[in-house]
Amino acid sequence: MQVHTYDAIVVGAGGAGLMAALHASRQVKTAVLSKLYPTRSHTGTAQGGIGAALGNVEEDHWEWHAFDTVKGSDYLADQDAVEILAREAIENVIELEHMGLPFNRTPDGKIDQRRFGGHTRNYGEGPVKRACYAADRTGHMIMQTLYQQCIKNNVTFYDEYFVLDLIMEDNICRGVVAVCIDTGELHVFHSKAVLFATGGCGRMWKVTSNAHSLTGEGMVIPYRHGIPLEDMEFFQFHPTGMYGLGILLTEAIRGEGGVFRNNLGERFMERYAPTLKDLASRDVCSRAIYLEIREGRGINGKDYVYLDATHLPKERIETALADIADFVRTYWGIDPSKDPMPVQPTAHYAMGGIPTDVNAQVILDEHNTPVVGFYAAGECACVSVHGANRLGTNSLVDLVVFGRRGGRAMAEFCKHADLMPLPKEPAAWAEAELERLRNANGKERAADIRSALQQTMMDYVGVFRENAGLETALDTIKELQERYKNIRVDDRGRRFNTEVLEAFELGSLLDLAEVTTVSALARTESRGAHWREDFPRRDDVNWLKHTLAYRKDGEIVLRYKPVTITRWQPKERVY
Amino acid sequence: MKVHLRIKRFNPEKDRAPWWGDYEVEGEPGERILDLLHKVKWYQDGTLTLRRSCAHGICGSDAMCINGKNRLACKVLVRDLTQPIVVEPLLGLPVIKDLVVDMEPFFQHYRAILPYLINDEPPPERERLQSPEERERYDDTTKCILCAACTTACPSFWAKGEYVGPAAIVQAHRFIFDSRDRGAAQRLAILNDPNGVWRCRTIYNCTEACPRGIRVTQAIREVTKAIALGKV
Repeated sequence: MQVHTYDAIVVGAGGAGLMAALHASRQVKTAVLSKLYPTRSHTGTAQGGIGAALGNVEEDHWEWHAFDTVKGSDYLADQDAVEILAREAIENVIELEHMGLPFNRTPDGKIDQRRFGGHTRNYGEGPVKRACYAADRTGHMIMQTLYQQCIKNNVTFYDEYFVLDLIMEDNICRGVVAVCIDTGELHVFHSKAVLFATGGCGRMWKVTSNAHSLTGEGMVIPYRHGIPLEDMEFFQFHPTGMYGLGILLTEAIRGEGGVFRNNLGERFMERYAPTLKDLASRDVCSRAIYLEIREGRGINGKDYVYLDATHLPKERIETALADIADFVRTYWGIDPSKDPMPVQPTAHYAMGGIPTDVNAQVILDEHNTPVVGFYAAGECACVSVHGANRLGTNSLVDLVVFGRRGGRAMAEFCKHADLMPLPKEPAAWAEAELERLRNANGKERAADIRSALQQTMMDYVGVFRENAGLETALDTIKELQERYKNIRVDDRGRRFNTEVLEAFELGSLLDLAEVTTVSALARTESRGAHWREDFPRRDDVNWLKHTLAYRKDGEIVLRYKPVTITRWQPKERVY
Repeated sequence: MKVHLRIKRFNPEKDRAPWWGDYEVEGEPGERILDLLHKVKWYQDGTLTLRRSCAHGICGSDAMCINGKNRLACKVLVRDLTQPIVVEPLLGLPVIKDLVVDMEPFFQHYRAILPYLINDEPPPERERLQSPEERERYDDTTKCILCAACTTACPSFWAKGEYVGPAAIVQAHRFIFDSRDRGAAQRLAILNDPNGVWRCRTIYNCTEACPRGIRVTQAIREVTKAIALGKV
């Protein structure tokens, strides 16, 4: 087994990972491990924009952005972190531009900005142009630009290395264990610090905008070591997934003027959000779509509505929304300037994740006890800046702001920390798990278990939830966990054995689904993306707090942590 | 409907030479070829190996040769193809296993053209200014997802792997024509080489293969012209 030694290890090469790696590698010996080639990471699929109160097109202030984020979060976000997010968004966007990111431009040459859901002027008065964008491939351009900078700065990459385990002892992180996908060999990466930037876990649901690779093992690995998962009951369903496919159609379509319509042709969002209408936040829009469908106003009696952009100038669609025009043309053969687009809510983004402080350092409990040498940033982390519902564009803001802060904090830590010794046999668990799966000779197919899980999560742990459904889901998940012990793998080889890795990923999805469901069952209120039909009100008296889910002796133990409030006391949330 | 897939298989731990595997799966006309490959892998033969991630044409993982043309498996549908649907790994890169090729030679060429903004002037406090017209000049080549469909469709690349290939030239174009960049002369010097732009024979395979609709041959011509004129 090869052992490599670094100061800092970054796991994941999306926006947060690359931003952290760029900043850490300027100061300490850093390597990036990713199960994909870096440019394949899911940040690349973000479309519409990155929010920052540049005020290039109309008046804007970071405080307005911060307020919108807090309101969007249904007051669950930690406001100290949100203030950092909104304030540092500005310098981060400028830094990206200096790195070469090809933003669209205003006539006077500045970064152009457009409207996005939930982003308002003067604390909710009306929409504001805050989303900085590069056509509808903003995430692609962030991904490319950061990777380019990593090449320029000679950042070390281990491409297609799948991280299986974290090396932890005495609450001190000492590195990771990874398998080189090509050879099947295990490698130990011994380091002073580790930063996880492993993305989300949307593959838990049947209809999702998420890549096949978003299976959440980056969240589960620390959880298996006793680190909690925060606020996992809050998972965002984006209102405009392509019907049946789940592929994201950017909110920028509505930012550019697109509207929802039901089978009567009504612009129904006027009834649900009188001020912002189609630009209300995502949880509000997704619920409205389901309510329309439930009342029989889905298109052709089916479970979708229309996203109508036919009144927009064709030229604008072909330039500012070029990719989504290509998607609907490729997969449906329709032209968005002539035909309305069938959409349904699609599982999109985990607001919850590995709990961290504002420097991306992972914390262990409600007293903010730090885990020494362990950091997390981006979707796998929970700072929490998104609370119960994330605003559009804020995922990209999150990953650059906290990726950068994490990279810097980690480097600072490494400069003064000692390399702690490895425990005996640091790869023992990973090796045993890999061998177990490679030789798995049971009766169950991973694909059957995965699709049963995805269907259950869709049916009972989706946009609307209630006690009996969540109980049913939990029973099913436990049954699937049992079946998972009896899976069969065909590929007994070592080289590029993606079947074994998919099986490992399925194990992570099952554990995360359990945490999500248990957290959702316990939270007897409705807040943001977590809507309980049996408890349809927000309950600030009992539930203005973050969930921390721990695994203890095979059971899930829930604890809670207060929300940090600086400027904005919770108010009723209307758009 | 029943769909017949013919997949070129190779397992380095078992096979001395590639072989053809035939599979029959249920498929709908609107399904992606990637969906069918998953049906084979998940329900018939778990050893089938491929790369994929986003499944909608953005991440660039699943470029392969399908019915003789390079495409993304997630961006071509059953109804667009005749049967049997023949699936092979990209040509011109070493095969690791089944549909997975070694991308390292491709990324070496990419890195060779200095694929990053070069500008040592101290940046202004705010963004550098760039007019919409200047931004438009290189818009097309910013779409590249580094899937390698173009480079591995190029007969000049097949003949000589040292050729930097269309993708690297597209990436160079993205910076050469960016008004903020100062590295054009360096990149043009790199590409003014027997293994640079001069190996392009204007066959247009690259343009046809590009899943992002980039006018690849046009970009190569613009770079070639800049070399000939000695200016951008």
